[in-house]
Amino acid sequence: MAEVLVYVDHVDGAVRKPTLELLTLARRIGEPVAVALGSGAEATAATLAEHGAVKVLTADAPEFADYLVVPKVDALQAAYDAVSPAAVLVPSSAEGKEIAARLAVRIESGIITDAVDLEAGDEGPVATQSVFAAAFTTKSRISKGTPVITVKPNSAPVEAAPAAGAVEALSVSFSAQATGTKVTSRTPRESTGRPELTEAAIVVSGGRGVNGAENFAIIEGLADSLGAAVGASRAAVDAGWYPHSNQVGQTGKSVSPQLYIASGISGAIQHRAGMQTSKTIVAINKDAEAPIFDLVDYGVVGDLFEVVPQLTEEVKSRKG
Amino acid sequence: MSLRIVVCVKYVPDATGDRHFAEDLTVDRDDVDGLLSELDEYAVEQALQIKEAADDDAEITVLTVGPEDAKDALRKALSMGADKAVHVEDDDLHGTDVMGTSLVLAKAVEETGYDLVIAGMASTDGTMGVLPAILAERLGVPQVTLLSEVSVEGGAGGVVKGRRDGDTASEQLEASLPAVVSVTDQSGEARYPSFKGIMAAKKKPVQSLDLDDLDIDAETVGLEGAWTKVDSATERPARTAGTIVKDEGEGGKQLAEFLAGQKFI
Repeated sequence: MAEVLVYVDHVDGAVRKPTLELLTLARRIGEPVAVALGSGAEATAATLAEHGAVKVLTADAPEFADYLVVPKVDALQAAYDAVSPAAVLVPSSAEGKEIAARLAVRIESGIITDAVDLEAGDEGPVATQSVFAAAFTTKSRISKGTPVITVKPNSAPVEAAPAAGAVEALSVSFSAQATGTKVTSRTPRESTGRPELTEAAIVVSGGRGVNGAENFAIIEGLADSLGAAVGASRAAVDAGWYPHSNQVGQTGKSVSPQLYIASGISGAIQHRAGMQTSKTIVAINKDAEAPIFDLVDYGVVGDLFEVVPQLTEEVKSRKG
Repeated sequence: MSLRIVVCVKYVPDATGDRHFAEDLTVDRDDVDGLLSELDEYAVEQALQIKEAADDDAEITVLTVGPEDAKDALRKALSMGADKAVHVEDDDLHGTDVMGTSLVLAKAVEETGYDLVIAGMASTDGTMGVLPAILAERLGVPQVTLLSEVSVEGGAGGVVKGRRDGDTASEQLEASLPAVVSVTDQSGEARYPSFKGIMAAKKKPVQSLDLDDLDIDAETVGLEGAWTKVDSATERPARTAGTIVKDEGEGGKQLAEFLAGQKFI
């Protein structure tokens, strides 16, 4: 069976959920061979093996942390040369897309980004994408070279599929471009203890109607009662009420959770682009004419300062 | 020598319009008004700010690849304050994918001459967000992308510095020029063209180039030359109308009941 390269997104050996989803998709088109780079790379192997990786290629070097993107492209290309895979799958993070795109140029292959599904086809893998702010669904494939495809979080279930997961050291020689862009300092994001926005099963978002940074505590309270991530509309972020890292929409994160709760968000195209593929959508808004109500499975026309706290209390009491 | 900045911009269908696909499954550019991609306005703005910080010792060229109407996007950038424009236009470019577009841009950037290339974080139509990285790969220069802050020190032979806010960390980056930069919508609000700027833009030079001028084989671009193929595009069915209730004091509880029924609680 053909091998499929899967680029591993991990933090010091802890594999992030979208990579496990990629393994599910990779198994549809071949045998997953994982590529894990940087500090803690070898520690990823056990988790990757549980989810179907037949091999785990690892490499660590200071270059991966000290310089931007290119050292990782060099390593992924080394893995490509070693394996000659049928396809290369990469998580659709900002960095993942850049790594995938540069690899595609080097190996003279087409690239598809932000796939939301993947299946085997007669002429190679067929990728489903959601485009024009999720107004259209397209099916595409790569017509030249080895398919390089990046896949969005929450596009497939995480499945247990035990495989050998044999660790092999990957030998990487860095290109002249590898040290072009130096990372002179790095400040880790403070952890909120909440799930990662793009990976969360439930997202609770606040918008203009929240009307102030201090009022986001109400949104956070509901999120915490549900074990959800917190999102914000561009209006709320531009007003300085919530960090840009939590922005949902065209210029922020694109999310596709099981449940999306929009509070005080009107539902402009900019916002819809980032959440329209959510499975169940719920909204609370004062304005019965707000476009967000066109999308919802359940909507409450009312004051979020009344409705949200009542909902939070009800969730807490039901959960006991 | 003064700093040569090339800003890559895209002419896109208005995202608030009813966007759809043409029969050949390329983006329909006829039925929806086009404009300068909003995210590219941030790139033009940062170019202007870099020029101002260099006491105007810089020249800003705005570059686009697109049909005749794409001149509108160039005019907008010129009216914001860019100095001149380059428009790559050729019938054979219809349907070109990101690989072909990046090839054309790389050739045009080299033809124009550059110390710094600035792009937006993504287009508002294709939304891939990978073109700046591909351009850096093709040009063989450092990639300093997705910056929320950017500055140039030391002019043409100097360095570019910036802040990249990633998922897990915020990074300070530095690279020697020449380099390719992309900026996010957090880099600073783009200015509106002044009346004076709009009048001045009409007199600024717009150079037209075609594939022959750039020595690019027509077979490597266009729909036929694309390395990806769209097999189908289907309009997403409208979501079925949901239940809407008016809060009469029990709205939160009713919502909880719905969520419990869906097994979310």
